[in-house]
Amino acid sequence: MDKRKLALVTLFACLAALAVVPFVAEKFYIQLFTKILIMGIFAMSLDLLIGYTGLVSFGHAAYFGTAGYVLALVSPQYQAANLFTTLPLAMGVSAVLALVIGALVLRTSGIYFIMVTLAFSQMLFYLFHDTKIAGGADGIYVYVRPAADILGWKPFDLENVVHLYFVVLALFVGVFMLLRVVLKSLFGRVIDGIRINEHRMKSLGYPTFRYKLACFVLAGALAGLAGYLAAIQFGVVNPDMMAWHASGSVMMMVILGGMGTLVGPALGAMVMMLLELGFQSLPEVGGINIGKHWQLLMGSFIVLVALLLPYGLMGLIGLLARRKQGDGASHG
Amino acid sequence: MDFGTFLIQLLNGVQYGLLLFLVASGLTLVFGIMGVINIAHGSFYMVGAYLAWSLSERFGNLWAAILVGVVLSVLLGMFLEWLLIKRLYARDHLYQVLLTYGLILVFEELRSLVWGDDVHGVQVPAILEGSIPLTENLAYPVVRLWISAVCIALAIGMYLLIQRTRIGMMIRAGASNREMVQSLGFNIQLVYRIVFALGIALTAFAGMIAAPVSSVFPGMGNHVLIICFVVVVIGGIGSVKGAMVAAILIGLVDTFGKVVHVEIAGVKLLPELAGMTVYLLMAAVLLWRPEGIFGKRL
Repeated sequence: MDKRKLALVTLFACLAALAVVPFVAEKFYIQLFTKILIMGIFAMSLDLLIGYTGLVSFGHAAYFGTAGYVLALVSPQYQAANLFTTLPLAMGVSAVLALVIGALVLRTSGIYFIMVTLAFSQMLFYLFHDTKIAGGADGIYVYVRPAADILGWKPFDLENVVHLYFVVLALFVGVFMLLRVVLKSLFGRVIDGIRINEHRMKSLGYPTFRYKLACFVLAGALAGLAGYLAAIQFGVVNPDMMAWHASGSVMMMVILGGMGTLVGPALGAMVMMLLELGFQSLPEVGGINIGKHWQLLMGSFIVLVALLLPYGLMGLIGLLARRKQGDGASHG
Repeated sequence: MDFGTFLIQLLNGVQYGLLLFLVASGLTLVFGIMGVINIAHGSFYMVGAYLAWSLSERFGNLWAAILVGVVLSVLLGMFLEWLLIKRLYARDHLYQVLLTYGLILVFEELRSLVWGDDVHGVQVPAILEGSIPLTENLAYPVVRLWISAVCIALAIGMYLLIQRTRIGMMIRAGASNREMVQSLGFNIQLVYRIVFALGIALTAFAGMIAAPVSSVFPGMGNHVLIICFVVVVIGGIGSVKGAMVAAILIGLVDTFGKVVHVEIAGVKLLPELAGMTVYLLMAAVLLWRPEGIFGKRL
């Protein structure tokens, strides 16, 4: 079996495993995996920027949180909003925000880009944190989940845990396919070229700014999708959704999984969520409540990954696979 | 707003700006000279403030606390450079961001373990108590003037150190060509360690002298860090002069944004949106000069 086939088989096996989750797992785990898939969408959208276009955005949570706020603000208080109108609206607002911020931040590059993206996301954080627009620092509740209503016909019910899981899974697969198609297309080749050598792409006549902006907007809209789903799942939207910890943590998912691989960031999202859960449930040792101070372990883990795993888990898997191949065949 | 209030806010703004300058200059020096972006920079501001609080409780004296605190922060900076930062010089900015982001979490939790999560206040030393009358019924606290004076003195000291001394010459040479300085027989590794430790110490010191006027609380470093990013972006990265101008500008904009009332068509803009003013200023500068006011053309 060649490598391509093996990868494809693994991919389908993972997908099959994910599809089986609701039938074998308890409610808690179904909800956990829903959350993992949502964060997977979020991480894949950031991978488009960091891994494929070479834009290290440290403010990606802004678009995630914005879409959540759009849902919370347009939902009638004790009635369901319509999924098919609010979702495009939420993603649209995130996309427009990404267009405006992107047009500004893409004037910079490198280290400036990192700082400026972070600063703009903090600006939004303070907008929602300090003003009374949507409950201030406490956030705002989404009491009733949006209804999937097509002229009175309701194909599924988001209040149902299993239904929500499958909707999120379908969207996760959809986002994955969409990004694959985009990256395989001519557009994908161009942004590859921009990451590797922007000057050369420019001199070949490509309007690189517009390509980068298009990526930024697409990534923002997809982050919006994830934020919208997160708002549905948790039933609450607060400024912490767009705080820099959220941006840092999704960036960590991308690197941990392996940037520029698309599958990696999704894997990274899963590992991060499971680690978080694992660290939080650690017992008290020697009078120190490790579970409560789990961020200490998480922080140390992040430091180690940055030092030792530059290509993430996917890089590690690739390395191990190559080594195994090398054992079997003679080097040549 | 009458003249007295205006004067007080002006002094407040300048004092806040000067304090930001201390923190931002550490950030910009470490980046300009070593090429390392340190997201955890704000954590050292917090560490400084907590050191000032806990040591002054122990010694009963802020001066001794600052002295010991500065020594401790220099040691901490050298230790971190030796343990982690030196491994980042040849790495992409992405990993520098990630590693130092991890450090923020570590420092926040260590602070929580060692000092707890409470908000504390630091006693103003007796000699700095009291205030200077500005007008008939308005006065200005001496401690704030003292902070401004200390910051200005440090800024001058830093200028002299970098422009007029032998070590300053090595630092500047190291910034433009690391390998060349190394092959001329200077220990560039040591220079970098000193620069990083100095950057950390400056920031921690800023936290210490700010402690008597602002309270000491968890997460206090994060806000300062992000404002310092704005300062560095506006001033131009690596430029200490730019950091000075931008820091004062931000200090004034932020302070006046909180006290000026602006209302357009019945919608209250200020002070409701005061938290956003500095970012809008940054957006304006980005449109005008993406490389910052004193930055090199990209």
